[in-house]
Amino acid sequence: MEYVNPLTGFRVDGRRPNEMRQLKAEVGVVARADGSALFEMGNTRVIAAVYGPREVQNKGQQVNSKEALVRCEYRMADFSTGDRRRKPKGDRRSTEISLVIRQTMEASILTHLMPHSQIDIFVQVLQADGGTRSACINAATLALADAGIPMRDIVTSCSSGYLCSTPLLDLNYIEDSAGGPDVTVGILAKMDKVTLLQMDAKLPMDTFETVMELAIEGCKAIANYIREVLLENTKRLECQRG
Amino acid sequence: MRDLQHSLNQTQRVRLDAALNELQTIAPSGASAAAVTVADTIPVNDEDNILKGHGTSDQDGEVVATLCGVVERVNKLVYVRTLRARYKPEVGDIIVGRVIEIAPKRWRLEINFSQDAVLMLSSMNLPDGIQRRRTAVDELNMRSIFEENDVICAEVRGFQHDGSLHLQARSQKYGKLERGQLLTVHAYLVKRRKQHFHHLEQYDVDLILGCNGFIWVGEHVVVGENTNMMEDKPSLSAEVENFTPLETRKHICRLANAVRVLSALGFTLTVELIIETAEASISSNVEINDMLGAEFYVQTAEREAKRRADLLKKKSGGR
Repeated sequence: MEYVNPLTGFRVDGRRPNEMRQLKAEVGVVARADGSALFEMGNTRVIAAVYGPREVQNKGQQVNSKEALVRCEYRMADFSTGDRRRKPKGDRRSTEISLVIRQTMEASILTHLMPHSQIDIFVQVLQADGGTRSACINAATLALADAGIPMRDIVTSCSSGYLCSTPLLDLNYIEDSAGGPDVTVGILAKMDKVTLLQMDAKLPMDTFETVMELAIEGCKAIANYIREVLLENTKRLECQRG
Repeated sequence: MRDLQHSLNQTQRVRLDAALNELQTIAPSGASAAAVTVADTIPVNDEDNILKGHGTSDQDGEVVATLCGVVERVNKLVYVRTLRARYKPEVGDIIVGRVIEIAPKRWRLEINFSQDAVLMLSSMNLPDGIQRRRTAVDELNMRSIFEENDVICAEVRGFQHDGSLHLQARSQKYGKLERGQLLTVHAYLVKRRKQHFHHLEQYDVDLILGCNGFIWVGEHVVVGENTNMMEDKPSLSAEVENFTPLETRKHICRLANAVRVLSALGFTLTVELIIETAEASISSNVEINDMLGAEFYVQTAEREAKRRADLLKKKSGGR
C-alpha cells in the first residue's frame, strides 16, 4: 500500500509528511478530580484525571517517604477501537504503557516537595487512532498542571515514523499498523531533554536521527499549544476570582 | 463550570460570555500580565538579590515557575500563588474536616491537604470542660466524642518536623458540626479573614468558611449549650432538640446552593456575596432547586460583573 502519494506527496489522510493532526485541549473536565484534562490529536481522544497529592493509601508501596509516590493507570475504553470488545484490566500492553507514562511524568514532577503523599494519574483512551501513548502523556501533563502539582518542565510527547522512504510526523492508526518503524519521543520542552524514546523496528542510524528530529519538532509544537491553554485557563480563573 | 453541568440556550450563552468578558476587562491589568504557567521564566532584576519562594526554581540562572498561577512580589521575595491546588495550611487557620480514622490518642482528618491532619486527644477540650490529664478511659471513650465520618471544625496548631499537620480544638466554638451541609470548594476561593464563623441571624444559620475550602452551612447552635449534653436528658426533649424546623432547612439549602453557584463560577466566597446571592434568589422568586439551573447561573455572573464595575466606578470617583 502507498502511504505517501508519490505524485502529490500527501499521506493517506491528506496530510503532508511533516504535518501534525489538529490539537484540541480542555482543562477541568472531571469535577471530582484535583486536576483533569481532555486532549485530542485528530481522532485520538484521551481523558486524564489526577488525584492528589493525598495520603498514601497503601503504605507498602511507598519506597521513599521523603518523596511523593506517583501512580498511573492507563486504560482503553471498550468503545475506543473499531471492534467493540471488553478489554481485560491489566493486560500486558496497558501495564507497559502505564509504566511508561508513570516514568515519564515522574521525571518532571518535583516529588521531593510532597513527602508522605501519593499522586494518582488515571488516563483513559476514549477514541484510539494511533499515538495514544503520546496523547496520554500530553493529557497527563495538562491534568498535573491543572492540579497545581509542581513540575520541572512541561513534558510533551509525539510520535513519528518512516514509511515509503519518507519521515512522517504523528502517525495515525493506518500508518501505525503498516509495520514500519514507529518512534515515540517525550521531551522536557524548555530544558530540551529527552525523557522517553521508544522504537519498535529497525532504522539506519542517519534516518533515525531525521525521524527523531521530526518527532522533537512535533513535541515542541505541542508544548507551545499546551502552554497557551494553561495560560488562558490561569488568566480566566484569576479574573473571575476578582 | 466544573461542578454544575448546564445546558445553556443561545441567549444565555451570549449573556454569560458578555458577563465573563466584562469581568475580564474590569480585572486589574496586572493580574493577567502576572499569570505564568509551568516552565515560564519570571523576569527579575539581576542586581537585587531576590529570594525565590514557592513555585519557583532556578534553571541556568533564570527564575522559572514550576506551577501555574500568578506571580507575587513582596520586597525581595518572588513566589507563584497557585489557583487550583490543594490547601496549603498556615498556623492559626480555621478549617473544617472529616474524621476518617480513629488511632490511639488521635483522630485522623481529611482536610484537602496532601496528607491527613492529626487531632490529638490532648489538644482538645473534654466534653465536661474540666482541665486534666487524659486517662486511658478517655482514650477508650474517644468514639463518644467524634466518630468516623463526623464533620469537625478545628484550628491549625502547627507542623511536626516530618511535615504532618496537627490541629487543635480548644474552644467551645470548635468541635463536631451537626445538622447542616458540608460543601467542598477550591481552597483558593476562601480568603483568610479575621472572621470565619458567621451567624446569619436572619436565617438562624451558622456559616463556617474553612480556609481549606470546606464550607459548613448548618443550623445555628448556641455556644456552650452542649456542655452537659452527655447526662440527664430525657428522651422526649432530645427528640424535640433534634428537630430542625423546615424553615431553617430551607434556608440552609438556599445558602448552600448559593455557595455552589458562586464556586462553580469561580468567584471568591465572602459572607456578603453569599448572602447577596441568596437574597437575590429570594427577591426574584427563584426556587431553591432552580438556583442550580442555567438561568440563575447566568444571572449571578451578570450581577457580579455589575457589582464589580460599580465598585470600580466608586473607587475612581472617590479619588
